[in-house]
Amino acid sequence: MSANLPAGHGTAGHDHGHDTAPGHATLRGYLTGFVLSVILTAIPFWLVMSGVLDSKQATAMAIMAFAVVQIVVHMIFFLHMDARSEGGWSLMALIFTLILVVIALTGSLWVMYHLNVNMMPGMHEMKQMP
Amino acid sequence: MQSSIAKFIFGRLTLDSLPFDVPILVVTFIVVALGAIAVLGVITYFRLWGYLWREWFTSVDHKRIGVMYMVLGIIMLLRGFADAVMMRSQQAIAFNGSEGYLPPHHYDQVFTAHGVIMIFFVAMPLVTGLMNFVVPLQIGARDVSFPFLNNFSFWMTVAGAIIVMISLFVGEFARTGWLAYPPLSETAYSPDVGVDYYIWGLQVAGIGTLLSGVNLICTIIKMRAPGMTLMKMPVFTWTALCTNVLIVAAFPVLTAVLALLALDRYVGTNFFTNDFGGNPMMYVNLIWIWGHPEVYILILPVFGIFSEVTSTFSGKKLFGYTSMVYATVVITILSYLVWLHHFFTMGSGASVNSFFGITTMVISIPTGAKMFNWLFTMYRGRIRFELPMMWTVAFMLTFVIGGMSGVLLAVPPADFVLHNSLFLVAHFHNVIIGGVLFGLFAGISFWFPKAFGFRLDPFWGKASFWFWVVGFYFAFMPLYALGLMGVTRRLRVFDDPSLQVWFLVAAFGAFLIALGILCFLIQIGVSILRRDQLRDLTGDPWHGRTLEWSTSSPPPAYNFAFTPVIHDSDAWWDMKERGYVRPLAGFKPIHMPKNTGTGMILGGLSIAFAFGMIWYMWWMAAFGFLGMLAVAIGHTFDYHRDFDIPADEVSRVEAERTRTLAAGA
Repeated sequence: MSANLPAGHGTAGHDHGHDTAPGHATLRGYLTGFVLSVILTAIPFWLVMSGVLDSKQATAMAIMAFAVVQIVVHMIFFLHMDARSEGGWSLMALIFTLILVVIALTGSLWVMYHLNVNMMPGMHEMKQMP
Repeated sequence: MQSSIAKFIFGRLTLDSLPFDVPILVVTFIVVALGAIAVLGVITYFRLWGYLWREWFTSVDHKRIGVMYMVLGIIMLLRGFADAVMMRSQQAIAFNGSEGYLPPHHYDQVFTAHGVIMIFFVAMPLVTGLMNFVVPLQIGARDVSFPFLNNFSFWMTVAGAIIVMISLFVGEFARTGWLAYPPLSETAYSPDVGVDYYIWGLQVAGIGTLLSGVNLICTIIKMRAPGMTLMKMPVFTWTALCTNVLIVAAFPVLTAVLALLALDRYVGTNFFTNDFGGNPMMYVNLIWIWGHPEVYILILPVFGIFSEVTSTFSGKKLFGYTSMVYATVVITILSYLVWLHHFFTMGSGASVNSFFGITTMVISIPTGAKMFNWLFTMYRGRIRFELPMMWTVAFMLTFVIGGMSGVLLAVPPADFVLHNSLFLVAHFHNVIIGGVLFGLFAGISFWFPKAFGFRLDPFWGKASFWFWVVGFYFAFMPLYALGLMGVTRRLRVFDDPSLQVWFLVAAFGAFLIALGILCFLIQIGVSILRRDQLRDLTGDPWHGRTLEWSTSSPPPAYNFAFTPVIHDSDAWWDMKERGYVRPLAGFKPIHMPKNTGTGMILGGLSIAFAFGMIWYMWWMAAFGFLGMLAVAIGHTFDYHRDFDIPADEVSRVEAERTRTLAAGA
């Protein structure tokens, strides 16, 4: 279809001229992804079950961090995304999605925090009021 | 025992659910039923069922699906406008102790249904329909990326519309306003089926909208003719791309927030209730994260229509193509940064409000840039005031007023005065009618000859235009004044008799708009009768600039016998300038997708599912859901989805086109 050759992908058998070289679609790639996913799932379980971290907040944060890494692992090993796939459109779509998710999440947290503080006095200051 | 069987079969549906006690609805039902019998009778009499089924309902041709979307939108416009007339007449007479003619229970359903139908089942289908019809033609493609998905999306939209329409005669619709804010929409305050109709109608239609968004993005990115780089795409295609990106990014939020509300109502969770840690403000926050991009989903493609119309009827290349594209992209991003301006008054405080107030005002910059681009396109152009251009000029005058009242509302202190007032109602009707609707009419009269091979009758079109434009000003300018006086929206009766005159003027405006709609329908009828005089033989009735005008009117099923090669953003203009010669020989078989009835079957099953969910008829919901799964999976085993149009057939169609061109010349 297109002229750009899938050069430098490091995997064998890629001379059939697809412009979307499925660079990581190999058994090895899937196994690596699977093992990483299992590890990244097991650690949060262990964190919760054993309670090694003292504060619940720290545990929650750690789980969130592992979840983000998990997302990246899925994108690379299962969705085969890299800067070149689909002529760069995958990366473009990813960046756009990230911008919107960040806007929606941080915006909601910010907005809802203020709304709760201002409009739900029963949950905050009123407890301390005489 | 008997009652438990009845309960199993009919859920909470009883004879009392049918509104025999409301004379307005009984009469409406009789009229609708008679109309339906007449239409079905005519179809049967002329033996059109087979034709409709084979050529339209099962069609995967993007042009046919686009036309069907338009028909859906126009039919639903009549329903939505009937609601508007009821509200206007209620508000015009409910003074001096009069209760008007609509009881609160009915009136609240009317304003909810009006908003829901006008946004989801009028504006959305009309916009999607135009994109569906025009985009593949503009980029030199033979169809969309996923033709079956396109047909399926359409039928899901129809299914959503049917679910909302069923609520008119079976049970009731939501009485919550068009966004169904909790806690009012929770079971505690809306125990009836109204909100459930709302939820499932929108969820079913939402699937269609989302999938058609995916489809069109894919089409635009993957199927452009060779040579058409992104910066050579026609502006309408650009705006369609941005709109569909917005659809794909925003509609899942609506789906999620409605799913949470459904969980609250069906299984007793407390996401948005007042108690047990629920937070209704979160619903308002989430639904506007969808809701604000939604208004740009509607307006962006219409900006594209105006761009095409302005440059075509000014006989000039669009002024500032690049800035137009960047303005579109900037609006796409910014539309995600302003949602809080819909609830400045909910109490998020000065810092949050000022941020969102400023981002809102910033959006007027790219929009203003577009407005100047259109003006400069017209400047020193050879302007032809045909109908599409008339709508465009009316849009430019009207939309600027709506935009300015929008910037006014973006100032948080002003919004505290005007929030939920008729000023707001006037503002958004000003931008949706003066922007989206005028644009859709411009688009319809612009592309109608391409779709059907004959022009729309200009006389009735102009009558419709003037009634609409004048009627709009009569109907909504009084609401600005009333809003500034502090009249809030959704009121049923009024205490202050001095306000009545404003509502009478507004009702007169609605009457003028009714004449405008009537003239539009007459225009279509008259055009069909006079089609031989209005025939477009060239395929290029307006001396167009983009690729869709290079085909015949209506275009052949395969759109382009040979994929065109593009050198310029106004590809067809460029081809005409360079003395393009149509290829007359050497045709090859064309690979095309086959029609399928699966989309319609899935749509029907989704209605059964939704109806079962709404009335707690769980067997029917299960049947609908499992049926959809089975049919969808079954469809994946259908390996005979394509066929080839033989080269002979292509040569025959193209020879016919040569003859028509010669006759037209």
